[in-house]
Formats: sequence, structure tokens, C-alpha cells
Amino acid sequence: MSNKNDDSRMSSGHETDAALSRRSFMKSSAGVVGGLMVPSIFSLAYAADGDHPAVGNYPAGVQGDTVFVGISVPLTGPYSTEGADEQRGYELAIAQLNAGDSRIKKISPNTKQGVLGKKVVHEVADNETDPNTAVQANTRWIRDKKAMMITGSVSSAVAIACEKLAQREKTPYLACISGSNDTTGKDCQRYGFRSCPFAYNSAKAQAPILADALGKDRKAVYLVPDYTYGHTVYDSMTEFTEALGWKTVGKQLAPLGTSDFSSYLLNIANSDADVMVNIAFGADAANSTKQAKQFGILDKMAYVVPYMSPFLADEVGADIMQDVYGVQDFWWTMADDNQIAKDFVDAFEEKYGDKPRWSAAAAYMQTALWADAVERAGTWYPPAVVKAYEDESVTRDTIYGEAHWRACDHQLVRPIPVVKGKKPADMRNKDDFFEVVGMSGAEEVMPACDHFGCELGPYT
Amino acid sequence: MPSPSLFFAQLFNGLALGSLLALVSAGLTIILGTLGVLNFAHGAMFMVAAYVAWWTMVATQSYVLAALAACAVLVVLGMIIERGIIQFYYSRPPEDQILVTFGIGVVLVEVIRVIFGGISHSMPVPDWGSGIVNMGFLIYPKYRVLALGIIAVALLALYLVLYRTRLGLIVRAGIEDQRMVGLLGINVKRTFLAVFALGSLAVGFAGAVYAPIIAVNPEMGEQLLVQSFVVVVIGGLGSFPGAVIGGLIAGEILTLTTMFNPAYSHVMLYLAMAVVLVLRPQGLFGVEGRE
Repeated sequence: MSNKNDDSRMSSGHETDAALSRRSFMKSSAGVVGGLMVPSIFSLAYAADGDHPAVGNYPAGVQGDTVFVGISVPLTGPYSTEGADEQRGYELAIAQLNAGDSRIKKISPNTKQGVLGKKVVHEVADNETDPNTAVQANTRWIRDKKAMMITGSVSSAVAIACEKLAQREKTPYLACISGSNDTTGKDCQRYGFRSCPFAYNSAKAQAPILADALGKDRKAVYLVPDYTYGHTVYDSMTEFTEALGWKTVGKQLAPLGTSDFSSYLLNIANSDADVMVNIAFGADAANSTKQAKQFGILDKMAYVVPYMSPFLADEVGADIMQDVYGVQDFWWTMADDNQIAKDFVDAFEEKYGDKPRWSAAAAYMQTALWADAVERAGTWYPPAVVKAYEDESVTRDTIYGEAHWRACDHQLVRPIPVVKGKKPADMRNKDDFFEVVGMSGAEEVMPACDHFGCELGPYT
Repeated sequence: MPSPSLFFAQLFNGLALGSLLALVSAGLTIILGTLGVLNFAHGAMFMVAAYVAWWTMVATQSYVLAALAACAVLVVLGMIIERGIIQFYYSRPPEDQILVTFGIGVVLVEVIRVIFGGISHSMPVPDWGSGIVNMGFLIYPKYRVLALGIIAVALLALYLVLYRTRLGLIVRAGIEDQRMVGLLGINVKRTFLAVFALGSLAVGFAGAVYAPIIAVNPEMGEQLLVQSFVVVVIGGLGSFPGAVIGGLIAGEILTLTTMFNPAYSHVMLYLAMAVVLVLRPQGLFGVEGRE
């Protein structure tokens, strides 16, 4: 569109008369020069799908029939199982978008095929649960591949580093697993978006259920991974459980990647608590849970895993996980009363032969909701895509139920499932580890917009 | 202030943790001291041993078979690595050795990941080790108490091999002066192979003993590799008694610090290493000038 206009302006500059006066020569010369200058400015600054200036990789990243997205997930390290599963969720969503699958259109109703008619192509890199490695991979994609979206995380430290990069590069970043309050709190970014539950809303969603099931006068001891995720989940869990009468009697900080938790567990066993709250995630959660069982802690204390690792039950078994409470982003039996969740679970099983875990579910949903935002914007111009996300009048049916994005901090407002481990005898099949014992309301578990000091950065 | 019972509990836990670090480090230090090769694949070999033990245990329900299988596979793996790759690196600079062993470690981790996936597996504790023991001052998993005894016996056996056999004599002589041993007409090539196999056997056994305690996954050897390097530096390069004492010191530092401030336990370990390096660079039991 704009190219045609530019051409017509250019040709008007060449319309000169043979019989020239000095004045008309000067005028038309100025016109020629001006006419030559105008298109050069326009071609630099304005792009193919609307009259927008160049921002981030726009328009360079959307010149062809494909659009590139970069997926960096941990494929090595303590979170590698979740990272590999995220990749499966992303690839399912991308395959559905490119095929114009009717199931993903229920989440992104404007989708026809691809995103804004362009085929989505992607690459996957191992971020090693290391913020620097993730930033390097994403920087390479933004520079070399003109990525229009970057995504992937299992660690909040990685998610926060990536959203800061996204803000600098004006390229949307979708956090996948990130439980820290900081991701959409004090470190929130205009170009960062998170759909999964986080410390505050998961604690607020489960605290009343825990108080009902385990009692109100409990003494709790915590095992806490020593970084932003662990600290904020600890803060939020103590805040909401203490408000209901629980007392916090201990906090054991353990570094990420610890394999032998014996010394922490001895302190916990000696703490006279009656509930152990384990915030560890990934392989660390599997290790600490298994060892807590061996130390006899799980036989004498109730066990809560407030931000539950997607594969924890697979890794330690139903024997240990029975009666354990916690929050997950998604549990596959939510498909029983939600058609969109059922579509997702069926499609996932069709493609990979397994029931999905929430690492794949979060990746799938983030990709579908991104496609929806771009389609609603009707342009790839990054600030317009961000504004489409921020349009709170739009709600979508998702695998979680009805959800919308919050403009003030870019957190998805959605119901949160609280789960409880089933007894092995009650399991209907090998994947039937949990029952969903409560679904929180969406708005009521959210913090006030200014609660964690989120200040989104500029659009351009 | 922690209670006396917790203090003794942590002291005991330090002993249990330390003995394991000692066993893993013993394999590392034998190879390092004799062959001069810093084996960065050691952690990955530990991981392979744990996978073999887990797989055998699930298939046969026998812990003894699991431990034997882990040891056997590791000895064979060690010999293949030594004959296939390491022997060509004895005369090359240390950085080449580090790179090649690091590379072997990466390959082992990725091969296991391809076969078994990244997910953690849980090796059951054998029946005779399940449950907890109440020792009055502490309640402790029975298996860990028994593992302490098993490791003590294994370390004693290793000690006897190193200090009471001809192979041990050659190994210890090799640690002191490799060239002289060769000049005395001893088949150094075969001895080197035996030493690498012995180090691999130690790590294979450690993997089998540790597998029921921690989650078995491709990365499980990484943290242990770093900690066993610290143990070797504290104890003295190439010193078997150094590995044992260094392991126990490291175990106690980790657990006792946890009792006061869990966040500093690893920091204290590295601080202890730094102090040893400043005051006694050759390590507690190391000999000055040994390479």
C-alpha cells in the first residue's frame, strides 16, 4: 500500500514542463529533490502492513511469507524435563496454527492459517537454565533471524532476563514457566507476557483449601530454592497461610541443582512443624521429595508442594504423592468439563502419545494467545501487538476457562487449579495422579496492579 | 542456637555425606595421581553407574546384582575410554586432557538422555535398607546408615589394594615418579589401564550405592564432580588418605553450615578450599612439587 503511494509521489516530482521559467525550474527542482527524498524516508521508516514506523524487527521480520519465532528452553540441567515438554507444547501450537486447525481457532478466532497469513517458522535452543545463555540465543535470533517473538522459560531468572532483552529489542517475549512475583511485578516489561500462575495467585488460591483440609493451627517449615522464584513463593505462601492461622517455624534455603538434601531435611525433621512446604522445582523437587520420604518426614508431616513441578508425580510415584496438595497451571482431567482443554489434550495425545503436563500446556496456550493478539492487532507492528494484548475488553475461552490479559502488568487473569494427589488405588490409569480439588476465581486471586511495583516500559 | 541433638544429627549426617564424597573422590584422585589426567568425565561416569544400577534393580529386584552390574559396566567403560581415547593424551598438555575428558562426559550424558530421556528416575531402596532407624539423638534413613558401613568397607578394600598389593605399590610409585617406574621395566601401559579401571570401579560402586538416595537423571553427576574436585584439592592431589579425609571435611562443612545458615553451605566449602590453597597449596596430604 504505502509503496504505491510513494511511487505516485515520486512520479509527480518528475512532471516538468519543457518551457521553464527560472522560478518554475527552481520549484520543480525542489519538487524533484523532495520527491526523491520522500520515498527514501518512507521505505526506511514505514512498512508493508500499515503506516507504522520501524520498531524492533518490524518491518524487516515480516517481509516474506514466513515469520520467525525463537524458542529457548532448558534441555540440560535440573529443569530439562520441563524444557523438553515445553518444546512439545510450542510445536503442537505452531503446527496447528500453520495448518489452520479448527481447534486452535477456538482460542484465536481470527486465525485463518499461520499468523496474519504468514507461516510460523521456529528454532529451538537449549538455554541451560542460564539467563546469559538464554539472552545470547535470543539476541542471535533477533539479530540474524529477525525474530518477531521469543519465548520459553522454566526459571524465573531466565524469564526476567529475557523480558528485559525483549523490552530493549521491542520484540514480544512470552514467559512459559515462571513462578516469581517479580516477572510481572517489579521486573515487569511492556514486551513481556505471562500466562501461568505465580507465587501470589497460586498461594492465594490454595491457602483456604489447605486451611480447610489440614487445619488452621498448623506449623509449617519450608524448603526454598535460593533465587527469585523460591523467595517470592515463600513470601506469598507465608503471607496467605499465616493470615489463616498457620505459623511459619523454619526456612531452609538450598541452592538450585542440589542433589543431596539430607542436611536441610534433618533441620526440617527437627523443626517440630506439622506441615512441610517444598518449593523446589524440577529435578530438585524429585530429589528432595524422595529424600523427605526416606527421612520419614512425609509420614509424620503433611506435605504441600505449592508450585508443583509438572513431572513430580511421574518422577517419585503415586505412593509418595498421594494426599499431597499444590497448584499446577493445568491438569489434564480439566478436559472433563472444558471442550478447549479436551481439544488440547486429545491433540497432544494424538501427536505425542502421552497426556500433557502443564509445561506443554503453558507453552501451547502462550503461543495460541500470542497468535490471537497479533490477529486482533491486524499488524505485526510491535506496539500495536502489545496494545492488542492490553485490550481488557477481550476475553477468550482457554484450556483454563475464561481468561483475559491485564493491561497494567501483562499477567493473564485466569482460574487456577488446586490439585491433590490421588491414592494409587483410586487412579483410573497410569497418568491419573491428581484430582482437581478447587478452581480459584480469576480476578479474586490477583494482586492489586501496584502491589509489586510493576512499571511497564515504553512502547517504542 | 541448634539443639545438641540436632548438632549430633548433623555431625553424623556430615560423616555419611562425607564418606560418599570420599568414595567418589578416591576414584578421581587415583586416576589423577597416577596418570596425571584430570578426569572431567568422572561425574558422568558416576551417572552412568547409577543408571545401570537403577535399570538392573528394576529388572531383577536385586540390589546385589545392581551393584555388580554397575561396577562391571563401569570397569569395561573405563577400559574402553582409556584404550580408545585417554592413552593418546598422556603426553599432551593438561588443557587437552581436560577438554577431551569433558567431551567424553558430555557424550555420556547425552547418550543417556537419548536412551532414557531427561526425566528423573527413582531407584527403590532395597528391602533390607528401607525404613528409618532411631538412634536416640536422631532419626535417620536405615539405608544411609548401612551405606556408611558399605562405603567404609569399600574404602578399606581400596586401601588394601593400594597399600598391600603389587599393583598398589606400582600405582603409588607411579604417583611419585611415573618415568622411574617405566625405567624399572614395569609395563606402564598395562598398569595405566589397570589404574583407570580401578578408578572407574570406585566410581561405579559409588554410583550404585548413591542411586537409591538421589533421583537418577542425566545431570546427577555434575554437582558431585565439582564437589569431588574440591575434596581432591583439600585432601591433596593424588593422595588416597587425602581423598578420604578431604571427603569427610567437605561433608561436615556442608552439613554443619546448613544447621546455622543453609544459604552459605556451599560458599563455606569453597572458602575452605581457598584457605587450604593459600596455607597449604599442595593440599592436606599432598606432597609439595607433585604434578
